[in-house]
Amino acid sequence: MLRLEPRLQPSRPMRLITPVLAVLLTMLFGGLLFAALGVDPVEAIKLIFWDPFFHPTYGAYSMSQLLVKAGPLILIAVGLSIGFRAGVWNIGAEGQFIMGAISGGAVGLALYPAAGIWVLPLMTVAAALGGFLWAMIPALLKIKFNANEILVSLMLVYVAENFLAAMVTGPLQNPQGFGFPESRSFTGVDSTTLPMLYQPLGMHAGVVVAFIVVIAAYVMMERHLLGFQIKLTGESPRAAKFAGVKPAVIVAITLGISGALAGMAGLFELTGPAGKLTTNFPVGYGFTAIIVAFLGRLNPFGIVLAGILMALTYIGGELTQLTLGMPAAAISVFQGMMLFFLLAVDVFVNYRLVWKKEVK
Amino acid sequence: MKFTTTLAAAAALALGLGGAAVAQVKAGFVYVGPVGDLGWTYQHDQGRLAVEEAFGDKVETTYVESVPEGADAARVMTQMALGGADIIFATSFGYMDQVQEVAAKFPNVKFEHATGYKRNTDNVSTYSARFYEGRYVIGTIAGRMTETNKIGYIASFPIPEVVRGINSAYLAAKRVNPDVEFKIVWVYTWFDPGKEADAANALIEQGVDVIMQHTDSPAAMTIAEEKGIYAFGQASDMKEFGPNARLTSIIDDWNPYYIQRVQAVMDGTWTSTDTWDGIGAGMVGIGEFSDKIPADVQAEAQGIVDAIAAGTLHPFTGPINKQDGSVWLADGEVADDGTLAGLNFYVEGIDSELPQ
Amino acid sequence: MDFSSLSLVALTVSLIGAATPILLAAIGELVVEKSGVLNLGVEGMMIIGAIAGFAISVETGSVWTGMLAAMAAGAVLALIFGFLTQVLLSNQVATGLALTLFGLGLAALLGQNYTGMKPPPSPRLDIPVLSDLPVVGPLLFGHDFMIYFSLLIVFAVWYFLNRTRAGLVLRAVGENHDAAHSLGYNVVAIRMAAIAFGGALAGLGGAYLSLIRVPQWTEGMTAGAGWIALAIVVFASWKPGRVILGAYLFGGVTILQLNLQALGISISPAFLSMTPYLVTIIVLVIMSADRRRASLNAPASLGRIFHASH
Repeated sequence: MLRLEPRLQPSRPMRLITPVLAVLLTMLFGGLLFAALGVDPVEAIKLIFWDPFFHPTYGAYSMSQLLVKAGPLILIAVGLSIGFRAGVWNIGAEGQFIMGAISGGAVGLALYPAAGIWVLPLMTVAAALGGFLWAMIPALLKIKFNANEILVSLMLVYVAENFLAAMVTGPLQNPQGFGFPESRSFTGVDSTTLPMLYQPLGMHAGVVVAFIVVIAAYVMMERHLLGFQIKLTGESPRAAKFAGVKPAVIVAITLGISGALAGMAGLFELTGPAGKLTTNFPVGYGFTAIIVAFLGRLNPFGIVLAGILMALTYIGGELTQLTLGMPAAAISVFQGMMLFFLLAVDVFVNYRLVWKKEVK
Repeated sequence: MKFTTTLAAAAALALGLGGAAVAQVKAGFVYVGPVGDLGWTYQHDQGRLAVEEAFGDKVETTYVESVPEGADAARVMTQMALGGADIIFATSFGYMDQVQEVAAKFPNVKFEHATGYKRNTDNVSTYSARFYEGRYVIGTIAGRMTETNKIGYIASFPIPEVVRGINSAYLAAKRVNPDVEFKIVWVYTWFDPGKEADAANALIEQGVDVIMQHTDSPAAMTIAEEKGIYAFGQASDMKEFGPNARLTSIIDDWNPYYIQRVQAVMDGTWTSTDTWDGIGAGMVGIGEFSDKIPADVQAEAQGIVDAIAAGTLHPFTGPINKQDGSVWLADGEVADDGTLAGLNFYVEGIDSELPQ
Repeated sequence: MDFSSLSLVALTVSLIGAATPILLAAIGELVVEKSGVLNLGVEGMMIIGAIAGFAISVETGSVWTGMLAAMAAGAVLALIFGFLTQVLLSNQVATGLALTLFGLGLAALLGQNYTGMKPPPSPRLDIPVLSDLPVVGPLLFGHDFMIYFSLLIVFAVWYFLNRTRAGLVLRAVGENHDAAHSLGYNVVAIRMAAIAFGGALAGLGGAYLSLIRVPQWTEGMTAGAGWIALAIVVFASWKPGRVILGAYLFGGVTILQLNLQALGISISPAFLSMTPYLVTIIVLVIMSADRRRASLNAPASLGRIFHASH
């Protein structure tokens, strides 16, 4: 019978082949789905994967939006991946994203309408702090009381969502907004607007920060003692203890980093693409980033590619709606399929398929 | 070849500034929910289909559904504009800033923003419906039909649009039935069938026998049918959900407006406007009256519909006091649109606190 | 303030209705987690159940068939998750999230032709004389059949986990899969069964929503109920009986705040809606802090990947 056998070393060729294989499988099954819906499958697949780059009318603009969409995913996912490597499962990035946006946004609103280039950095610091502190709740509860961080951080997402609702109908509500549950616009004032650095690629300051973080994370994980300790804790908690690594410190550091980065992502989204706080402000970046982190195999550079791939399916998916009249639901099925395939074929990196006679 | 088309395009652009006629109009629609929500988005999509029906080959429509408010909306509208849309209908209040942003980048594309109030550039129009006129009609019917004198109101968010509706319905009900009492439940969502159903049940437990709603799903209608009380269709007719419960409905009818605006683009006569139409212009439709409503009440309600349509009756005509007893409108005074647009208080008599 | 019109009996009856979908999904997820698997795709399985149950009921005219179809659909979706996580060893958190995305999309696609339809009426268990008794009548005998069924399921799960050998094995797999494996138990098969069971109950919970509580089909109608079910499992500290308490408490908070509003009492819904989650965290902390009561804690292998190396 067929069996999976662990490889001694993760397979390098498989690392490269599997994502391609997954995307091909997705194209095949997604194509069948589209055909079943009466949409030309070839055209649809081309719109999703090819046209966001090369379409004569949409290409240039779509490309400029890829990084805008991928930026927050990458920033959050890199932070999460550090924790995941240590076996610390923060799945509440959505909550930290919201709390970051609220804290940073509150600072901006308190200073409103102050001008000055120091406003945005101050807001960013406040946002990072907000996300950090929100992530410290599961960290401290885990360290002090051994409470499962997956569940605590998930619960805190709902608390944050409700807190946001209370804020935008309360203290942070726009006094000139006719009672609508939303804050003042941040992009209406220069000092609280995220600068766009290179329009054709959608490089706003937040994307640049995301890329800096990617490199910093890589350096930390591969070249720094802390990175080594984090990985050791994840792979063998016992060995880490013998090596003098304090698990509590690792929990606090990894959750803190991911919280701070998610908080910053929240602020960049707020002061850039979103523009203001509303109850609809969170659109699930914190959850999608978890998937992105795994698709990128918890490697910072892999995460960049995974983030862009996710963004591609969103943007390409819209193009299929626009030009082929595909229902939005078909796109989310397609995305779900792609994730399944990517997660499924990943097994061949660390395992290989062997034919074995049943031995008893 | 390419050179000549570029020239032609340039020429067309030059003409476009003068508001030239367009032979084939491409219209894009951005929806906040799925077209199958049977409420808000569904009705806008009916409007899109009406445009297709009216113009046939001369129009091409596209839509993108479930577009979150914020960055995603800006991207979708930009792609529509790039794709050659002549006119884009952005059908959610939350798209407001994105509409301004994208409209500034595409001066030759017309933007129509539903329920918004910003028109930063002259290629943006805003439009909304005076739903409160419809609520005055159903308020009258509710006031006549209730036996317990308790009317339930499922409200979404405490924004002027919703507050206006509550006040209007209350004034109407109170006028025909001085003993009437309103029970208001805020669910803080536009769409959550489970919660809307729970809210309906909570109201029924408080002795309510007529339910109005300002949320999008037909859940409350379904519950009303099950419990044998009355309700009103909201956004769409909802008759199929409550054949016995439904008294009438307030229908968002965007069809005439959409057809008229696309026509304007076709003729080159489109200009930036702020439209706030009601029953008279057909933007607010009143569904067929159920035969559960006695003939005299039907006649009374129809009279109100006609009077509002003719402009002889305005739901907010004084004397009306605010909830705290202070005077809002003196005898015979009619509320101006500015005050109505930002309405943030209840009228006198509503026994409940407006969440702030 | 007049509370006299706030009927506790009626309140209880409607909170039970509000709680039942999440109760069903939560008790299913409890079994899954007891076997050491964390499936975050509850929302996706619920919504698939909601549409499958609705569509099949409409097509066949039978609510029963619809309920069965909902369970089957939930289980099939769960088995995709099971295959990925148990056979192909993918990460459970990521796979569960993908399952939710997939389920929501698929349900919307399948449901395109079912919006605006009415399902056949569901049978009620109004026992003629008994349900007319004051207080006790509506409280005990005035519900739809699914409510009794959901309580029965909870009892069955409790009995299975604590009183049967198979339940013991399932818990052993969740506590220490390597040990269970070396004792000769087929960890993967046991977990697959648990996952399918969890999917079936989540699907049933969804069908309760679309066939009984609301009854209609609309896209996205579960509106986050699956996530609440996940919270309840934690709140219940993985004990079946407490799942009832948790679900009814959650249902109760929702219903109570709506009813208080209907009474004319204004409260901040945002802060009130936060409380169940905060309470869940506090419960979790209290249980986790007391190491002597370790048996109450999360299954030790929860979320960990198992691969039999020999």
